Amino acid sequence: MASRPRARRLPVHLTLLVLCAAWLVPLVGLLVSSVRTPYDITTSGWWHGLLPPYRFTVDNYTQVLTTGGLGRAFVNSLLITVPAVTVMTSVGAVAAYAFARMRFAGRRTVFIVLIALLVVPAQMALAPVLRLYNTLHLAGTFPGIWLVHAGFAMPFAVYLLRNFMAGLPEEVFEQAAVDGASAPTVFLRIALPISAPALASFAIFQFLWVWNDLLLALIFLGGDPAVAPMTVSLSNLVNANTGQGWQLLTAAAFVSMAFPLLIFLTLQRYFVRGLLAGAVK
Amino acid sequence: MTSTTTALLAAGVTVGVPVALFGYLWTVEKLLTPFTERTRRRLRPWAWLAPALILIGVFLFYPMLNTLLLSFRSADSGRWAGLANFRYLLDDAEAHSALRNSLMWVVLLTAGCLLFGLAIALLADRVRYEVGVKSIVVMPTAVSFVAGAVIWKFMFDYQPAGYAQTGTLNAAWTTVSRQPPVAWLVDTSTNNSALITVGIWMTTGFATVIISAALKMVPAELVEAARIDGANSRQLLRHVLLPQLRPTLTVVATLLAISAFKAFDVVYVMTNGNYHTDVIANLLYQQLFINQDFGRASAVAVLLTAVISPILAINVRTLRREGRE
Repeated sequence: MASRPRARRLPVHLTLLVLCAAWLVPLVGLLVSSVRTPYDITTSGWWHGLLPPYRFTVDNYTQVLTTGGLGRAFVNSLLITVPAVTVMTSVGAVAAYAFARMRFAGRRTVFIVLIALLVVPAQMALAPVLRLYNTLHLAGTFPGIWLVHAGFAMPFAVYLLRNFMAGLPEEVFEQAAVDGASAPTVFLRIALPISAPALASFAIFQFLWVWNDLLLALIFLGGDPAVAPMTVSLSNLVNANTGQGWQLLTAAAFVSMAFPLLIFLTLQRYFVRGLLAGAVK
Repeated sequence: MTSTTTALLAAGVTVGVPVALFGYLWTVEKLLTPFTERTRRRLRPWAWLAPALILIGVFLFYPMLNTLLLSFRSADSGRWAGLANFRYLLDDAEAHSALRNSLMWVVLLTAGCLLFGLAIALLADRVRYEVGVKSIVVMPTAVSFVAGAVIWKFMFDYQPAGYAQTGTLNAAWTTVSRQPPVAWLVDTSTNNSALITVGIWMTTGFATVIISAALKMVPAELVEAARIDGANSRQLLRHVLLPQLRPTLTVVATLLAISAFKAFDVVYVMTNGNYHTDVIANLLYQQLFINQDFGRASAVAVLLTAVISPILAINVRTLRREGRE
């Protein structure tokens, strides 16, 4: 947009500054509190920690990682997230390819049902799936939660990846067909490599989604600390906290955030592209 | 299961599923070889769709129909309960308050995120540090609602009057207003708004990113022409930008409204529905998991879907239009 005189832009800068501060203060408060001593944290506000004399400590982190069971929870989160995302991305890609590049009777109808399922709340499916899991002894197991996440994410996976694959130029595929390549070969050698950006943004999006999930983990894994991911451990810590454990709680919250934030900050471009692909076209 | 076997299983699934999937496609192709090209073209798509359709059938399609059925059955699903589960929802004060709060979530979260998202997208568009602003606002999107809840529990922390206020908001409030501190999460006049504030903080980045992208797609000539015609910023926003952004704002609003209805984590972690802050999703969790009442839990899910359905209808229409080639 056209540039305007400096003075008139001052309100714009000030508003943005205030908004950014509002978004950052809660995060900074958490970070500062997590390196303060239990005594400091209960006797003065976190902003005092920014003033000398500095008395920062890493004890809180040592304690939550060793005795709080958070190390175990971190591994559990990884063991839940990585296989779940792999399953949903690969199964979703195959189905999306069929929708995007193959003509068949009933394609439109099935796709519309899929879109309807995309927007119906997953809560509608919880009770029967839990009953099924109780019968099959899948409740509280990792394979159980992998399948549940994959199943719930499937409409979104197919929808997003199909839109991308349908937009690819026809000539690429025709050339391969002329060369006599079989359908699986065309998919593996041509469709998948060109779709890498869409696959990556979907996988990152789902990685954060599954990593940050609490509801499904609570319902399908139960409260067992042996299988609990970080979100569940953290929420247990909050429930057990009677106002004394702020130093542990803040450190634990930061530990649980560190990994997804790292993923997000390094892969931000793809993640944002994933958000956009899902919502605007 | 020991941790080593679990880790091995997880690694096996991560590597094995894609490999097995390709093996499956390859086998299908081999099995189809004897048939004519026409038959192959007809059968192949369904073989490729099968894994996804099975997952969808087992985890979404069948369970949804089953939930509808379960909502008319007793707590253990053993016998028919007629409309008892729904009557309970209509009569129970707790359920009423949950529904009211969920509606409040929908209105305030949607309005708040749209307003902040639109404001940030428009303002940031005019400055050179746009990327920085958007990165800061979108950061909470990567954080779990649980961690977000811990962050804000600390912001809302309350100490009795006379003690040092360690919560950021109470420290600011008592200093500025000279009034006694507020128990934000317990006081029923503030607690729902406080929880929704966390939701807005967590979700605005999502709205900002999408609105900002749509703003970049508004044709430059359109803005230029309005400027030449002498439009000021407000007129430009009202007569050019907002009409252009309308389809995007509609999609974002429906997505926000749906997520507001499903809001669970923040409430579960911060108040667990106490002090009249219960919402539909938490009610469902309580009935399903704490009370083990499948009938009532299913009725809550059906109610949730019924309340969302007008928003869903809009969304399905938009998505269908979008998905058409």
